[in-house]
Amino acid sequence: MTTQIPQAHKFYGLMPAVKFLRTSNLVKSFGNKEVLKGVDLALNEGGTTAIVGPSGSGKTTLLRLIAGFENPDSGTIELNNRTVAGDAWVPAHKREIGYVAQDGALFPHLSVAQNIAFGLDRSWNVAGRRANTRRVAELLEMVSLEASMGERRPHEISGGQQQRVALARALARKPKLMLLDEPFSALDAGLRVATRKAVADVLLAAEITTILVTHDQGEALSFADQVAVMRGGRLAQTGTPFSVYTRPADLDTAEFLGDAVMLDALLQGSLATCSLGGIPVRHATVQGRVRLMLRPEQIRITAEGPIKGTVVDTVFFGPETTVRIKLSPVPGLVGGGEIITIRHWNASMARPGMELNLRVIGEGVAFAAE
Amino acid sequence: MSETQLVPAKYREPKMAGGGTKPRPPLGVSTLVILATLIAVFSLVPLGYVIYMTVATGWDTVVELIVRPRVGELLLNTILLVLVTLPLCLVLGVGGAWLVERTNLHGHRWWALALAAPLAIPAFVNSYAWASTIPSLAGLGAGTLIATLSYFPLVYIPVAATLGRLDPAIEQSAASLGLGPWAVFFRVVLPQLRIAMAGGSLLVALHLLSEYGAFAMIRFDTFTTAIMIQFQSTFNGAAGNMLASVLVLLCMLLLLAEAKTRGNARYSRVGSGVQGLATRLRLGRHEIAAQLALLALFVLSLGVPLYSVVRWLVAGGAAIWDPTEFFPALAQTMGYGLTGALVTCVVAFPMAFLAVRHPNWFSKLLELSNYITSSMPGIVVGLAFVTVAIRLVPGIYQSAYVLLAAYVLLFLPRALVNLRAGLSQAPRELEEAARSLGRSPAVAFFRVTLRLSAPAAAGGVALVFLAIVNELTATLLLAPNGTRTLATAFWAKSSEIDYAGAAPYALLMILISLPMTYLLFQQSKKAAGQ
Repeated sequence: MTTQIPQAHKFYGLMPAVKFLRTSNLVKSFGNKEVLKGVDLALNEGGTTAIVGPSGSGKTTLLRLIAGFENPDSGTIELNNRTVAGDAWVPAHKREIGYVAQDGALFPHLSVAQNIAFGLDRSWNVAGRRANTRRVAELLEMVSLEASMGERRPHEISGGQQQRVALARALARKPKLMLLDEPFSALDAGLRVATRKAVADVLLAAEITTILVTHDQGEALSFADQVAVMRGGRLAQTGTPFSVYTRPADLDTAEFLGDAVMLDALLQGSLATCSLGGIPVRHATVQGRVRLMLRPEQIRITAEGPIKGTVVDTVFFGPETTVRIKLSPVPGLVGGGEIITIRHWNASMARPGMELNLRVIGEGVAFAAE
Repeated sequence: MSETQLVPAKYREPKMAGGGTKPRPPLGVSTLVILATLIAVFSLVPLGYVIYMTVATGWDTVVELIVRPRVGELLLNTILLVLVTLPLCLVLGVGGAWLVERTNLHGHRWWALALAAPLAIPAFVNSYAWASTIPSLAGLGAGTLIATLSYFPLVYIPVAATLGRLDPAIEQSAASLGLGPWAVFFRVVLPQLRIAMAGGSLLVALHLLSEYGAFAMIRFDTFTTAIMIQFQSTFNGAAGNMLASVLVLLCMLLLLAEAKTRGNARYSRVGSGVQGLATRLRLGRHEIAAQLALLALFVLSLGVPLYSVVRWLVAGGAAIWDPTEFFPALAQTMGYGLTGALVTCVVAFPMAFLAVRHPNWFSKLLELSNYITSSMPGIVVGLAFVTVAIRLVPGIYQSAYVLLAAYVLLFLPRALVNLRAGLSQAPRELEEAARSLGRSPAVAFFRVTLRLSAPAAAGGVALVFLAIVNELTATLLLAPNGTRTLATAFWAKSSEIDYAGAAPYALLMILISLPMTYLLFQQSKKAAGQ
């Protein structure tokens, strides 16, 4: 996973703004199972937030509470300075929130055009009908679908096209907030990236505040300007994609958001020493024996250097190669002998048995040792 | 258990942090729960009646009434009937399905329908056809012949549907593991047909236990015919009630046996991707034998009854089409059929909705009660309603309401199967999508859920309608004085040996049933794919 240069719209997160959506201490149980255990989430207007977490973490439930399909056991939801759940109740159809479900949830008995027009006010006069037809054509164009597609039935179009229709249908009412519930997960890999890009572009152009729920950390990091990591019914961490990836709040978050190299280290002040040498750590909350986390891409192979390791085995993936390296013990340092996995672009540079020189770029993150 | 306790905690009002108005589910789930509970309690009336009567009769009298030669004779007759007919139906049903679905038999499309078609001929019409063609037909042999020819499609239809949907890759794997065609059939195909065969067998056995007309016509005594005779002589005497208890006990044993056979097995496809088409086995020189066997079955199951009805129609000439008798019977049948079918579907809706949208222990309990009800013979339902009506609400005895209530109860399972299939075509997500598009819950429900389940509901109405048109036993017991449906008019005529006079009614019942049988056949094909 490489960190991207933040795109222009990602700076929305830095702008001071009145929070557009705020959930306070949301609790929700199904039967005996407490699915949400007090969730506080705040969104800026126009921003894009990804809620990411493993399955069963409660992220879809949170989205359904915001949409108004369920009501919280306790806690409140405020949308645009108006309480919609908790002390008051605004039903789903009056919240002006767009919703795109995992499989699109297109109405099978209606054509694509009728699906898109479903949320528009039905009009009985010619002018009104023409206006609706124009709006449908406009929306089809907005999601890059041909106008002729309108005549088709949902089962006659591909999965990616179905998701675009679902988005167009949700956009028809010009919602203030758009909720996307894993809308790309049913698509195959190539289509997923293309559809995600298309959806992100449309939402950005329409300046609609968006929440995306996903279990795919890559999707979350690339789509949103705010990432909320959810685990066990709670938000474990909220921040920009860059900060949650490089400075995860805990071990589970670190491992969930991407591959991590974990080493035993001795942290003194802001310097951690381990079998990869001395590594700077900022904002350390613990001292002494710690678990140090690095991202694999921080570890580079160099021509010269004091840190050495022996290649155990490699797996070739084409553009990059996964290399497992057994670290050589360094006298006087903690650890040694650990096997770490890094990635490298040049397969021929690492063959099993070779000894390599290693160098670490950037900072590590320290967690309390278990 | 009181009814309020039956409402699970999940449906009680949710606790709210503030005093805000709570969200209302589209149809008020708690209302549905209460309705469904009432319906389930109502559907258990026949079973409750039988148990109550047995207890009220007292143990000594029960033993005295049950342990006697006559009951032994009936038991032997009934058990022999089941033991002989069931294997025959299985052989014909599975064999026919295999020929039609898995061999290169010529005209297999046509045969596929021809083998399902005998279902359109009510068993008592079939019996009439045979008895009037060969008047000496009587006893176990005749009963087996008629029952087999009438009921083998009940095995054939689900088995053919399942065979058509089996993943050929499994059979191809077996072949690649060194199994020949016969070994593949017995070790791989047949085990996968177990659920369909068990389900079909249960239906056949329940029909055998509950059929009255077909067996009465050929003077073959089963529990059902004996109960009817008791009822006609002593109304609702203890002897008849105890026979009903034994009958219900037999039905319960069948349910248990079927549940055991079915087990927890699930034979669905593992993995995704498009399923290949099954290769059809070349019949080669066996084709002639196969065609002749199917032709013989066709002639016996469809040819004989149709020939017989046409023969009596010709013999009767114009005289048998008395419009003053014929049209009222048709009108009454249509009236009962349509009203009963609509009411049944409306009544089935809360149960179907809960089972699809809120599956939990409560909906399972409802399903269990429904499962038990589905095994109740028409004669027991009829007896129960006669007694309950006279004792509790004498005002409605001999009214159309009681008959309609019996129809609802007897055919609720058919409507439920269809409604459930229909509602699962309309997942909750679609309703939610409509709500997020600014439609109120009620509008979303009508424009999405109701609209999408409408075709299946219509199918359910059609099937219940068909069942009511051909219903004889409960109608005989419960119909108000002066009622003449097609079935009872047919029965009255043929009981007086006026075979020609009965023929027009037989013809009409067959004509109404044919399209419905086709519908059932198509539906089973779809259902097997789920």
